[in-house]
Amino acid sequence: MKARVHVTLKNGVLDPQGKAIQQALGALGFGGVDDVRQGKVIEFSLQEADPAKARADVEAMCQKLLANTVIENYAIELDA
Amino acid sequence: MSTALANQQPVTPEVAREHGLSAAEYDLILDIMGREPNLLELGIFSVMWSEHCSYKSSKKWLKTLPTKGSQVIKGPGENAGVVDIGEGLTAIFKMESHNHPSFIEPYQGAATGVGGILRDVFTMGARPVANLNALRFGAPEHPKTRHLLAGVVAGIGGYGNCVGVPTVGGEVNFDARYNGNILVNAMTVGIAPADRIFYSAAAGVGKPVVYVGSKTGRDGIHGATMASAEFDDDSEEKRPTVQVGDPFTEKLLIEACLELMATDAIVAIQDMGAAGLTSSSFEMASKGGSGVELDLDKVPCREDGMTPYEMMLSESQERMLMVLQPGKEDLARGIFEKWDLDFAIIGRLTDSGRMVLKMHGQRVGDLPIDPLAEASPEYDRPWQPTPPRGDVDAASLKAGIGAAEALKRLMATPDLCSKRWVWEQYDHMVMADTVARPGGDAAVVRIHESNRGLAMASDCTPRYCEADPERGGAQAVAESWRNITAVGATPLAVTDNMNFGNPERPEIMGQFVGCIAGMKAACEALDYPVVSGNVSLYNETNGQAILPTPVIGGVGLIDDLDRLVGAALPGPDQAIVLIGETRGHLGASIYLRDIEGNDAGAPPPVDLAAERRHGDFVRAQIRAGGISACHDLSDGGLAVGLAEMALAGGCGADISAAQNTPETAWLFGEDQARYLVTSPDAEALLAAAGDAGVPAVLLGRSGGDRLILAAGEAISLAELRRAHDNWLGDYMAGQG
Amino acid sequence: MKAAVIVFPGSNCDRDVQVALRKAMGQEPLMVWHKETDFDAVDLIVLPGGFSYGDYLRCGAIAANSPVMNEVIRRAGKGVAVLGICNGFQMLTETGLVPGTLMRNADLRYICRDVDIKVETSQSLFTAKYEQDQAIRIPVAHHDGNYFADDDTLAALEDRGQVAFRYCDAKGNVTPEANPNGSQRNIAGVYNETKTVLGLMPHPERLADPKLGGSDGKPFFDGLVEALS
Repeated sequence: MKARVHVTLKNGVLDPQGKAIQQALGALGFGGVDDVRQGKVIEFSLQEADPAKARADVEAMCQKLLANTVIENYAIELDA
Repeated sequence: MSTALANQQPVTPEVAREHGLSAAEYDLILDIMGREPNLLELGIFSVMWSEHCSYKSSKKWLKTLPTKGSQVIKGPGENAGVVDIGEGLTAIFKMESHNHPSFIEPYQGAATGVGGILRDVFTMGARPVANLNALRFGAPEHPKTRHLLAGVVAGIGGYGNCVGVPTVGGEVNFDARYNGNILVNAMTVGIAPADRIFYSAAAGVGKPVVYVGSKTGRDGIHGATMASAEFDDDSEEKRPTVQVGDPFTEKLLIEACLELMATDAIVAIQDMGAAGLTSSSFEMASKGGSGVELDLDKVPCREDGMTPYEMMLSESQERMLMVLQPGKEDLARGIFEKWDLDFAIIGRLTDSGRMVLKMHGQRVGDLPIDPLAEASPEYDRPWQPTPPRGDVDAASLKAGIGAAEALKRLMATPDLCSKRWVWEQYDHMVMADTVARPGGDAAVVRIHESNRGLAMASDCTPRYCEADPERGGAQAVAESWRNITAVGATPLAVTDNMNFGNPERPEIMGQFVGCIAGMKAACEALDYPVVSGNVSLYNETNGQAILPTPVIGGVGLIDDLDRLVGAALPGPDQAIVLIGETRGHLGASIYLRDIEGNDAGAPPPVDLAAERRHGDFVRAQIRAGGISACHDLSDGGLAVGLAEMALAGGCGADISAAQNTPETAWLFGEDQARYLVTSPDAEALLAAAGDAGVPAVLLGRSGGDRLILAAGEAISLAELRRAHDNWLGDYMAGQG
Repeated sequence: MKAAVIVFPGSNCDRDVQVALRKAMGQEPLMVWHKETDFDAVDLIVLPGGFSYGDYLRCGAIAANSPVMNEVIRRAGKGVAVLGICNGFQMLTETGLVPGTLMRNADLRYICRDVDIKVETSQSLFTAKYEQDQAIRIPVAHHDGNYFADDDTLAALEDRGQVAFRYCDAKGNVTPEANPNGSQRNIAGVYNETKTVLGLMPHPERLADPKLGGSDGKPFFDGLVEALS
């Protein structure tokens, strides 16, 4: 099973990288771009075949390591 | 012999040409092999005979440089040069270019440049203690310059900061002639015990050849041939060949190698730099007079299905090749596993004099080692001297804008402005031995747990080298020697990084030949030999060459750090003394270029006997306590030198006393062999200078909060500081 | 006093802090490899600066889950003093030993320079040799030192006096211009509730020797030795 974890900053947390991207897009002439937020995607394959168990595992991984829940949200996608 | 393993493509003169080999070179290959090479073998020839690995255009001239001296333990020919620094220790250092990769992908290009030069130094048994970087970018207004500068600086920092080696110095300059070819020259200085230096010559039949570090991927294949070709408009398509650096793995590799080097397990060791496994294994076998047999199935690979061609030519980073003493394999494996690094025995030394490559039980390549190494082409390329230029008469200059205004403008030019924006992105203090930080004449790093230090600096004035290559080459060496001297250190030796255009053009080759001649004369006169170096040619885009840029990285020794001096004015009421003769030479000066918009004229003459006499005098006075601050005078002359000292010390000065030389020439002329110093006892200093036959003149005194240059010509330090400090940051923020 | 310095594979200030401790203590600190799960009893544990495991995911995140860290957390719980400098501070926030987190610097660039920081209280193991409100000059060298915590956490930190240092100007004024990285309320270092654990971004070990340009970091180590001996 393939897992994909999207890690993004929580609303209200300043995102200087997102701000820099927004400014750069503006400088390149892409007007009307607002609210740029950047994050990261982490992909891996899992041996676990049971989707419920897999989700629980990945959930634990996010809590423990992949995301810093003080400032970050995460979303999990699983593909059989 | 089977060619089944991805060697299927038939080798023709056309394929050879695509590999950058000339028809004559391909004929030579047929002679040496006695048959047609397969693709793998051709690839090996092409990288070994590339300009980057073989120095075929430059060898004839490099050989003329002085490389010996009582301080030299090992000159050019190894991974880095080795000099004696006393007390059983050596300094090991080298500078190397990563110009082409940095232009294509600035962050990774610069980062892997730092990684490569670090490996060159720790390969020899040294713990790296300092990095420097000589950077040259295109005109500030060129659309790519900001992006390239930001990426290169971030890449150098990203790598150096993580491995934990302080980046303590270097240069950053701008010129439109680097628009299409930036220069990223990285230097590392390391310290090793004199009795534990490791070399690359590998001898002893049956001894295991060991691969350690990162796994091999498809990155950087043909980086060495890319570094040996001109750019055209399609070069940016070459992006996939750029390697990606992993500084964390490099840090592990440093620690693991140094741990293994403390044992007696290593026979020979070589980093896998340009041309990766090919050049490292060839080098070791060739120097040791051995043969080598490699089993490519054992090479740790990052990707599936890699061909022998890809494995042998990959330039994946953070890898080393070693030959171990038989029986020490487990000891070595234990150390590398402790550091979570790959360790694989991939072959043995033989006495066949050949490199035999096997995969899946088949022989996929078989080449003679010595003929390939010895027959590597050496060219005596036609060259044409640069026509001499006339001197510039100071009296012929347009009416000036006033000395204070000119100084303010110069201090805010791209070349002379503060480079704080750059070096604050480098961790220049890690290892807690950085005694003199970036921004002065030379950086000084304490030899750990001692009161001695190494001084280091990088120098080159490309506009001089273009105007008169011989003077420019001599000036680069002399300025390096002065920078080391100005902190009170004894200059020991240099590494050189020769950056030029296409050597197949006689006028470019003439620049190279001229610069070498000037460097040779200066190195000899100053007892400042060349112990290592690197050549980067073909720095051209669409026929436009860079300025000739032979960068000199100098290293010196301070025996007593209590006697170290800096360039900052030490406070008010110090006598300011100018050492050396001022004729007011304005040809090829920064003033002429940036204020008058004129790059005419011959560069200042370099009187090597005077350099030696003045420098030896200054150093002796620093050590005797007769000098409290010292600054080498170079770009921008006396006025810029004084302004830099004043800003660094936060103290003004008055040098308004009348002089015989016309004011502009006096203040901004770039005469060589000069130092601006302060002294607690000017009379004694002037008397000692007189005795030593060294010109010295009392200019004035420090104090106040402005610089007073001549009657009515004054500028406040605050105004000067704003101009000087802000240019680069404002420019990078898009406001410059 | 006995001290241990935890050495991660990518630590690069471990030797620097070892030297500073040796000079203050007159004896060698214990250097503990990250794969250890137990080590001798000590009065102070130091998590040094560097790039612990490369810091490719988030600074300090992998170190916070390393074998040795369970033991550090256990001992911190028993009241053993723990000091995290720079990368060590990042580990402390990742483990939750101190509140908040350290984000990318506001201008996105790595920054290495001397800064002035204000000592918020001299009533701690770590600051006993300083005066309250004293401005001291200590270098920073980091890419991710931008301190962030939610408003409730910040309010609680202030109430309990857990802010250890704030970026300030040379006279001790806490101003936006003196903030090098965008940290909330100019915070440069924070304590846990009992003030036995301190995380700070500046490197006191780098300016504890006049040869290196200053010695404002020296009282930091001298004070620790006095408090813990």
